[in-house]
This record gives sequence, C-alpha cells and structure tokens, in this order.
Amino acid sequence: MNYEFGLYVFMLAAFLGFELIRRVSPLLHTPLMSLTNAIASISVVGAILISGEEHASLLSRVLGFIAVVAATTNLVSGYLITDRMLKMFRKREPKKK
Amino acid sequence: MSVFQALYLVAAALFILALKWMSAPATARRGVISGELGMLLAVIGTLMRHEVVNYQWIVVALLIGAAIGVPLAVLMPMTAVPQRTAISQACGALASALIGTAEYYHRHPTGFIMAALAIEILLGFLTFTASLMAFGKLHEILPSRPITYKGQNFVNLGLFVVAAGIGVTLVINPHQAGLFPAFVVLALTFGVLLIIPIGGADMPTVIALLNSYAGLSASAMGFALDNKLLIIAGALDGSSGLILSIIMCRAMNRSFANVLFGAFGQLQTSAAATEARPVRSASAEEAALILEDARSVVVIPGYGMAVAQAQHKIRELYDILTKRGVDVRFAIHPVAGRMPGHMNVLLAEADVPYDKLVEMDDINSDMAMTDVVLIVGANDIVNPAAQNDPASPIAGMPILNAYKARTVMIIKRGMSAGFAGIDNELYYLPNTLMLFGDARVFVSSLVKEVAATTNA
Repeated sequence: MNYEFGLYVFMLAAFLGFELIRRVSPLLHTPLMSLTNAIASISVVGAILISGEEHASLLSRVLGFIAVVAATTNLVSGYLITDRMLKMFRKREPKKK
Repeated sequence: MSVFQALYLVAAALFILALKWMSAPATARRGVISGELGMLLAVIGTLMRHEVVNYQWIVVALLIGAAIGVPLAVLMPMTAVPQRTAISQACGALASALIGTAEYYHRHPTGFIMAALAIEILLGFLTFTASLMAFGKLHEILPSRPITYKGQNFVNLGLFVVAAGIGVTLVINPHQAGLFPAFVVLALTFGVLLIIPIGGADMPTVIALLNSYAGLSASAMGFALDNKLLIIAGALDGSSGLILSIIMCRAMNRSFANVLFGAFGQLQTSAAATEARPVRSASAEEAALILEDARSVVVIPGYGMAVAQAQHKIRELYDILTKRGVDVRFAIHPVAGRMPGHMNVLLAEADVPYDKLVEMDDINSDMAMTDVVLIVGANDIVNPAAQNDPASPIAGMPILNAYKARTVMIIKRGMSAGFAGIDNELYYLPNTLMLFGDARVFVSSLVKEVAATTNA
C-alpha cells in the first residue's frame, strides 16, 4: 500500500477539520463535541472486519466482539444525544409546557 | 472501484458535510442526519465486503451496543452531558485499542503498519482509562480536586517515555511479543495518571483533548488497515478536539502544558485564607425590587447553576422580567461549566432562546451600560483579579467584566473561594450585593417576589 498517499489524505482531512471547526459557533460546542465523538466511532468498521473474518482466531473473535459492542455504544448514544441537544436550541418564542 | 469503496467515499463526504452544517444552529440538525447517514453507509459497506463472512456475532454485538447506547442517550439528564461524553469516548477508544490488539496477534505486522498499530493501541488504551477517570471525576465518584504528589510530572513523563520506547522496540523488532502486554499495561496506567492531577474546572480542556486522541487513534487504525475512510473520519475528529482544547486554553490564558501538568488550584488554597472583609447582602425581596427597576439585566451562569439545577427557575425569571419589559441576556464564558458549551446546552434545555446567549467578547462592551448583573454559580470567570493583580494565579485570564455593571448580584451558598482557590474581590465592591442561598431556591423566591408585584 502507498503510505505516502495515506499521509496526504490525513493531512488534508486534518486541515479541513480545523477550518470547519473554527467556524462553529461556541453556542454549539457541546453538541459539536458529541457529534465528532460519534464520528470517531467509525472504528466500528475495523471492529466488523476483525470479527467477521473467516479464519479469525478465538482471541480475534472475542476482542472483535467487544470492540463492535463498544463502538456501537459510542455510535448510537453519540448521535442520539447530539440530536436531543440540538432539538432544544430554539430561536424565539419558546414553547410553553 | 468496488461498491463498498464507493460507499466509503460517500460516507467521507457526508462526515465533512456534517461538520460544515454543524457551524450554525439553523443547519445543525441536518449535520447530525448527514453524520448518521455517513455512518450507516460505512457500516453497510463494511458488511458487504467479501472478507466479512461471519455475521451472527456481529449482529449480536451491534444489537447489544445499541441496547446500551439508546438508554445512555435518552435517559441521561442534560446536566450529565459531560459525563456521558466521557463514557462514550471511553467506549470508542476501547474499541480501537482492542482492534489494534487483535490485529497485532492476528497478522504479526511489521514496519509502517506496526508503527500505525502501536500509535493506535497507545492512544486507544490511554484514552480509555483517561476517559473513565474523567467520567469518575465528573460524576463525583472520584474526588474532583486535583491530586498531586511530589515528583508526579517526573513519574508521568518517565512512564510515557518507557511506553514509547517499548512501542519503538516493537516496530523495530516485532517478534518480541513478550513486550506487548507490558506496552498495553503502561498505556492503561498512563491514562489514569494523566487525569489524577486534573481538577474539575480544567475538564473542558481535557475532555476536548481526549476527544482528539480518540480520533487520532481511529486515524492510525485507518493506516494499519489501509482504509481512507477511517483516516479521514479520525483526522476530522482529531483536529476538532484539538482546536476546541486550544480555544479552552486561550479562554483561561494558559498553555496546554500548564493544564496537563500544572495541577491548578492545589497550591493556591492556602492563600485563600484572608481576613474576613465586610460584604453587603440582600434578601430576595430587596433583590427583586432592584431587578424590577432595571432596564437591562445580564445573567452570568457558571457550574454552580448546573449543580443546583437552577436553569429552569432562571428561565422563569427571564420570562417574568422580559414580560415587564426588562432586557435580559445571558453572558457565556467559554470555560463556564465542565465541557465546552455546557451552559448553552443547559439554558437551551430550559427553553431560553439561543439568541439571548451572548459570547464573552460580544457582551463585555455592554457591561458598563448594564443595570444589573446576576451571577449564578460562577466565580473565577468574573474575578477582576485576572485583570488587576499580576500575581494572581488567574492573571491574564479573559473574564466577563461583571464589575462594570451598576449593580452586581451574586447568588452563592457561602463565602468559600472558587475552584482556583482564590478570593474574589468582586464580593467586596460597593456596588455588589451578595444573595446567600441555594441557587435554585433563591431564584425561585426571586420569581415569586417579582410575580407578586407584577400582579398587584
């Protein structure tokens, strides 16, 4: 594999991340953190690959299984709570309960 | 290009759009949907790959993860959002560390891949234990005070050097498998030691930094697995966490090194024992009269508001004062609370319109024209010593200029010092009124007093 290519991808994505995040209003820093936290659960991809392999050892299977559970927990709770938080941000005329 | 690669490409674009739309409240929910869609495509694409042949355990694991994740998100009260972020972060970091471990034993990698795996495992395991420790401190299972001992920085640094040394040895000579467990144990231990000296008020910086580590770990996994989607998503998370922690550091006028190794608030506690100076205090009735007569009121919330769960009562006060024609706004300091943006979420939960939540730089110039500043559970972020006293531990920290207002009201349980352990001269100013009591109870009596005169 071409590592150099990977490093370029990493560098460009990191700079893009900086530019995008800098524009986020401080108002939304908490939901932003839970959103990026949820995006980091992309490690679920690696976890599925490890646990789904045909000739995986018992160790790989066990570690992969735990990894899928942990990553999915991060993923599901991360997205759900971000949305729950954002629903609360209203501009005017707060609804009376 | 196979189907899964096309799906990965679209997923990467959706993650970038997610962050782009997150920049403003009007599009933020679209951003979340975009992120969810990206993740869905990534999972579907991975399940379609021909390497993946055993589905039953994956499906079971996905279901278990969802079964834990849903209640974690739905049942968590908003005041516990920092804890939830920490625990969720711990899960993500654990996942990437375990995948790295499985890869190491399964493939016996060498060279560049081993280096990527070593970084993935080191960051994964240290973020795992560090996030658990942060969770413990935020949830107050562990003492939230910083715990320091002599030679602490030396021990931490030494441990890190040894761990990094083992990592390098494993890259140069991957057959020394006996060293691998030691590497894991050192990474786990380092995570614990890293958080021990961190105090509660530094948590916003540290949580953001750990977020960055979790992302970098996922990115390193992308290098190990030759997966561009992982590299991109990890890099986005890594840079986002880093920039947030830089913003937090700036808001305290401190460096990274100072937050991580400075153990703020421990050394200064002795200096807090100054002589008792006289303060003016007021009852809810007197305070309510002043609020009613004001034209403009600025509320400054701090972590104390979260602890007392006072945000809903504060919104009632906001409603009743606004109805009387008083201009009420909220001044939000970047490091108020226990994570970036903590106060905004709590006030939004209480239905305060977000255009009334004003950032520090935008509201400071209005302070001198403000009739009443009402401080609820904040301390160091309004301490004028940051501007006046070069010897103060918080010297140079940007503060909300509450002292410039015509009247300053501070709701506080007692006269104890703030997190930084230093006295606040704001309490002794001639235009300051101390309102002693629990924040929630006091604000609700303010609401009652104002309501009584409104209806009369």
